[in-house]
Amino acid sequence: MIKVIFKTADGQEIETQGESGSLMELAVENNVPGIDGDCGGVCSCATCHVHVAQEDFARVGEPNEIEKDMLELAEDVSETSRLCCQVALSEDINGISVTVVRE
Amino acid sequence: MVFQGPETTTDQDVCVIVGASHAGVNCAFELRKQGFEGRVLLIDADPHLPYHRPPLSKAFLNTPLNDAPPPLKAQAAYERAGIELVLGVKVNDISANDNTISVAAADSSTVHDALPAAITYTHLVLATGARPIVPPIPGLSTATHCLVMRNASDAYALKSLLEEKQPVLPDFHVVVVGAGYIGLEAAASLRKAGAKVTVIEREKRILARVASEAVSTHVASRHEEQGVTILCERNVQAVQQDADTGVQTVVCDNDIAYRADAILVGVGVRINGELAAQAELEMNKGAVCVDAHMQTSRPGIWAIGDCTSFPQREYGENTHIESVQNALEQAKVAAKNIHLLSAAAQSNLLPALVDYAATPWFWSDQFDMKLQMVGLVGLADNQVVRVESDRALSVWHFNGDKLISVEAINSPKAYVLGGRAINNNTPVDKAKLQDGEINLATLF
Repeated sequence: MIKVIFKTADGQEIETQGESGSLMELAVENNVPGIDGDCGGVCSCATCHVHVAQEDFARVGEPNEIEKDMLELAEDVSETSRLCCQVALSEDINGISVTVVRE
Repeated sequence: MVFQGPETTTDQDVCVIVGASHAGVNCAFELRKQGFEGRVLLIDADPHLPYHRPPLSKAFLNTPLNDAPPPLKAQAAYERAGIELVLGVKVNDISANDNTISVAAADSSTVHDALPAAITYTHLVLATGARPIVPPIPGLSTATHCLVMRNASDAYALKSLLEEKQPVLPDFHVVVVGAGYIGLEAAASLRKAGAKVTVIEREKRILARVASEAVSTHVASRHEEQGVTILCERNVQAVQQDADTGVQTVVCDNDIAYRADAILVGVGVRINGELAAQAELEMNKGAVCVDAHMQTSRPGIWAIGDCTSFPQREYGENTHIESVQNALEQAKVAAKNIHLLSAAAQSNLLPALVDYAATPWFWSDQFDMKLQMVGLVGLADNQVVRVESDRALSVWHFNGDKLISVEAINSPKAYVLGGRAINNNTPVDKAKLQDGEINLATLF
């Protein structure tokens, strides 16, 4: 099981765990506010924006080229921004925390 | 699914939403986000937990047979938001004069605990969407494996057919009738799964109704490169089965026949407007007319998503758009206005309602092509085609010098920057734009 903590705009810390799929799907399954995933996870809508904790960013990695362009649609983009539909659950990211940008 | 059905207190507003797909589900959640305190009932004949539709014709077809389509929201999210999800239930009619609808199990073999025959509403939201058309071509509707693509059950039917035919897929021939987005996405997924695919289109080119010629040409050539056969300007006249061999064929003009072990029909949709018509709401070409607030011609009844005909500043009084974005944003406008009216009912003040005025956007994924469109091409009188590579291009549509739409293939930057330029009315240097060597970001 891979654990991920989502910190929401209203101050909740939601601990989730999953085995496969994307971080966006994990957030939707766990009812994390602010992660809509309107396009269903194909990097077309920028409604699953998170800031990865600075200390975890190296493990999650840089956004891909398409994602970098799509992040331009998001607000409050930071150096550790990711569209979490593009982050696959894997042992590499076990235990990370991410902050949900939208309310 | 159990109907939760607590007694409604007399002073409590009840918002009933008919249709639990992108529009209906988002309307329900937005009502709660706005602070609507009344009951929210979300009714759909489809028994599945509401799901994303776009993947059905795309990635979902290439997932394992028993995978469920990706849910719009988790089951627990409905419970937590106090949204009563009433699935597998159809609405039979609306008695608009006494604000009630009558409901029944969609499948008569299912028992719904405590499902009342009639439900009284304060606000009724029609998010009834549309259903695929199977044209009245002789032999088509009764053909072996005649499929459409709209619901989870349609996608499951196609997936189980692919599973069943797995050993013979390289010689399994699917004819896709109609080269719109659904047809082409399904064609790409079927090809990826290993089937033989022929797409038959009545118009001169694929995507004739929805994309520019440059996009059509590029997409067609990529499909052909992947082994999809595309035949334009062909009318399907009949579907026949050879009595001796059992071989099924799709017969086009001049009696040219194509073997079709399965047929996927993607020629468009018919709006589910029966309830609206029966409530005598104003309609336009089968769609439910709404104003910019998403109100129908009858106070208390609203309509959102694929079933609507709505006024749009640029595109006219009777705009109709079938897309996820349109469904989501109309849902939010309706929810805000319902909440405003509901909150104002206690104060007797008439609130200022919110207008729908979003720029439309769409997307499609076929093979390794990511198509993204913003704005509507309709009013354009000139265009700039920008070729970045043999895999990436964008078509910029102008009315005079005003940018109104961008179609991008594997160029999210064009989509993002173009969309922003449309919304901000930013002037664009067409000569530089045309030069695919010039970095787009330097033009804005």
